[in-house]
Amino acid sequence: MALRFPPGPSLTDISLQENQQSQSSLADLSARIETARRAGAGDVRFRLTSLLAAIAVLAIFAGVIASLVIGAMPAIKAFGFGFIVDEAWHPTREHFGALAPIYGTLVTSTLAMLIALPVGIGVAIFLTELCPRPLRRPIGIAIELLAGIPSNIYGIWGLFVFAPWFQTHVQEPVVSVIGDVPVLGTLFGGSTFGIGIFTAGLILSIMILPFISAVTRDVLETVPSVLKEASYGLGSTSWEVMWKVCLPFCSTGVVGGAMLALGRALGETMAVTFVIGNSHRIDPSLFAPGTSISATIANEFTEATTPLYTASLIELGLLLFGITFIVLSCAQLLLHRLEKAKGK
Amino acid sequence: MILNQALYIRRKLANAIFIALSLGAALFGLVWLAFILFALFKEGISAMSISLFTEITPPPGSAGGLLNAIFGSLVMSLGAVLIGTPIGLFAGTYLAEYARYGKLSAVVRFVNDILLSGPSIVTGLFIYELVVVPMHGFSAIAGCLSLAVIVIPVVVRTTENMLLLVPNGLREAASALGAPQNFVIRSVTWKAARAGIVTGVLLAIARISGETAPLLFTALGNNSMSTDITKPMASLPAVIFQFALSPYQDWHTLAWGGALLVTATVLLLSILARILENQKRT
Repeated sequence: MALRFPPGPSLTDISLQENQQSQSSLADLSARIETARRAGAGDVRFRLTSLLAAIAVLAIFAGVIASLVIGAMPAIKAFGFGFIVDEAWHPTREHFGALAPIYGTLVTSTLAMLIALPVGIGVAIFLTELCPRPLRRPIGIAIELLAGIPSNIYGIWGLFVFAPWFQTHVQEPVVSVIGDVPVLGTLFGGSTFGIGIFTAGLILSIMILPFISAVTRDVLETVPSVLKEASYGLGSTSWEVMWKVCLPFCSTGVVGGAMLALGRALGETMAVTFVIGNSHRIDPSLFAPGTSISATIANEFTEATTPLYTASLIELGLLLFGITFIVLSCAQLLLHRLEKAKGK
Repeated sequence: MILNQALYIRRKLANAIFIALSLGAALFGLVWLAFILFALFKEGISAMSISLFTEITPPPGSAGGLLNAIFGSLVMSLGAVLIGTPIGLFAGTYLAEYARYGKLSAVVRFVNDILLSGPSIVTGLFIYELVVVPMHGFSAIAGCLSLAVIVIPVVVRTTENMLLLVPNGLREAASALGAPQNFVIRSVTWKAARAGIVTGVLLAIARISGETAPLLFTALGNNSMSTDITKPMASLPAVIFQFALSPYQDWHTLAWGGALLVTATVLLLSILARILENQKRT
């Protein structure tokens, strides 16, 4: 692996072989030129390889978009714009509309954000400011473990363990208490199944919690301690220091982290597929079963019998990719700005 | 000076509530973790047996194991790492060593981060269109490739980050000795960043060992033992999905067994990665 450089003539060589000097130095020189030439060629090859690998990343991205657009073409032609505002999904009649999956994806992700954002920030504040030092590392690792558990496991646990528990201990009491209250009764009413939109949102929130808390923790640590010390010196309480000094200071980072987590929640497939109930309808109750874009694709793709069915599912994939692309781009712009500011 | 007693008490109270809430948030996360791991171990350990590793997935109602799924997962993960690591390594090297501030690098970085957090099910659709349709059938190769698409961005990101940590003095010293650039990269910067790069590969393996969505319509699944990579192949995550959603009790048990295996693998890999990372720091 290591390149060898031919040794140049040493002093003893020169004194002993003075008469042959011109000849040997000439041979030596050409050997050196040869080494340099080979090294240069190796350099070009190496550089080209890395350039090609970098371009391969771009090619994958372009390939994803191209394959989705081409695959979705029949459905785009057949349904046009109506695809995304149509709730009907009738495989047997070859009539497909994406509104129910889009609704499910957006609502579960919103629910997940509503729960995970405050909790994630709370965890980050706890870990950076309040937690006794020896406990910080273990608790931090434990929260990060939540991100390491595969989504399948969230799904199987959600279906067999959490949903039955949630149905008897939360949903039924809630429905019996507020089932008749006007607005709340519509949102949290109807029959309870354990599985459904709300359960999916809740499980998503657990999955994205570590992403939010990790980013928030990172940005909280960038708050200069003089700011905090000055604030405490003026007599602020911990709450006031956090809420009025630290969080405003790192709001960009928190929003960026939240967008990153939102991107994850939107695209999450397996956990949602297990617990959302897979029904193609929009029910006003959050406890009702629904479906999401990713769950629809995962459930129905291998069973899609007609080309138009397959194309409709691929168009769903294209929509999902589009939505997550926008969210993740915003996240990156925000976090990128933060990194620049940190560099200054 | 007059102390406003009411205001003082209100601020104290708000602070106490705030501390209680953030403690509650941390507990919220920990309780879920305990809840999940407890259920997983309880159900998974009762499913553990020798036959889990020696027999293939059974038809409903008879005994069996997960041998074909374990084998398929190992083969496809290995293939994905073999394809994805070199591409990721070189792309990361390009970003960190050759064009750190270039326009192309900025685009590649942006695209890579989108691929890193983008929906993995879309990867499955991409490989379906690219490989499965032209080959007229699901295959382990397609499964490998779709997992490789997930490996690449992880390796690119960690490789670049780790190479950026290598002090420029090392590169300058090697170049000043007359070493060509590729020699500097291979023998100096890669070597200095080796622990970090290996960590990245481990994290990528951890990530793909739990991935189901990209395998559903690429490798599909196979209820018999298959070593032919042009045919559908079983994998642990796909079997968990299929068996857990089935109505059969003995399939549920196998799914829990598989879930425990996958989680244990992922957690072990993450711990290993963490140890490596810490070693590098000291």
